[in-house]
Amino acid sequence: MVDVLYFAWVRERIGLPKEQVETSAATVMELVAELKAREERYAVAFSDISALRVAVDQELTEFDAPIGEAREIAFFPPMTGG
Amino acid sequence: MKVQSAPFDPGAELNAFSSSGQNVGAVVSFTGLVRDVDDSLKEMIIEHYPAMTERAIAAIVEEAWERWSLSDALVIHRHGVLRAGDTIMMVATSSKHRADAFAAADFLMDYLKSRAPFWKKEVTAKGEDWVESKTADEDALSRWDR
Repeated sequence: MVDVLYFAWVRERIGLPKEQVETSAATVMELVAELKAREERYAVAFSDISALRVAVDQELTEFDAPIGEAREIAFFPPMTGG
Repeated sequence: MKVQSAPFDPGAELNAFSSSGQNVGAVVSFTGLVRDVDDSLKEMIIEHYPAMTERAIAAIVEEAWERWSLSDALVIHRHGVLRAGDTIMMVATSSKHRADAFAAADFLMDYLKSRAPFWKKEVTAKGEDWVESKTADEDALSRWDR
């Protein structure tokens, strides 16, 4: 089980901020493929991953990163702080 | 470092910051405000990723400490609902001489803009829109490549 978090428009498109996901995905990309296969709203949110960023256990990483023993994976658009 | 929804007084923060250091010859500060582009902004909503925000900012500040000779560094960033003219955030750096303080403040701003997990949404009479990141902001980071 891994906690999957969504922020900003990703959260709005999927319709929830956080969920627990049962997955055997080895990488973030595999998890994205599993989520996209679930429902249209996921497919829409993840349709262009170049528009997204991912953090594994609160560290920014790449989509080909392994999930390993991670407990929390977050998806969000490019950050707009400052 | 402070991440908060409450307003803060940048002048008071700067005075406190400026009076706390030994052997400090330069203080540089930056204050970011909510800009009302065409007089139609009702509010700006800043979302963040609480579990990640402080560690991301801490990592950015840590890198500034490694690169420049600093006496102190301050980052305050708000989240929640803000209005035009409100203070969103501030950065302050101090050092013996101004070059380090200027460079570190510039670096901190570039990195906070695109590497700290905040997202801005503008609410206007026309509706709501997430602020899009700018290519220029991402390009600005490459200035600091070593």
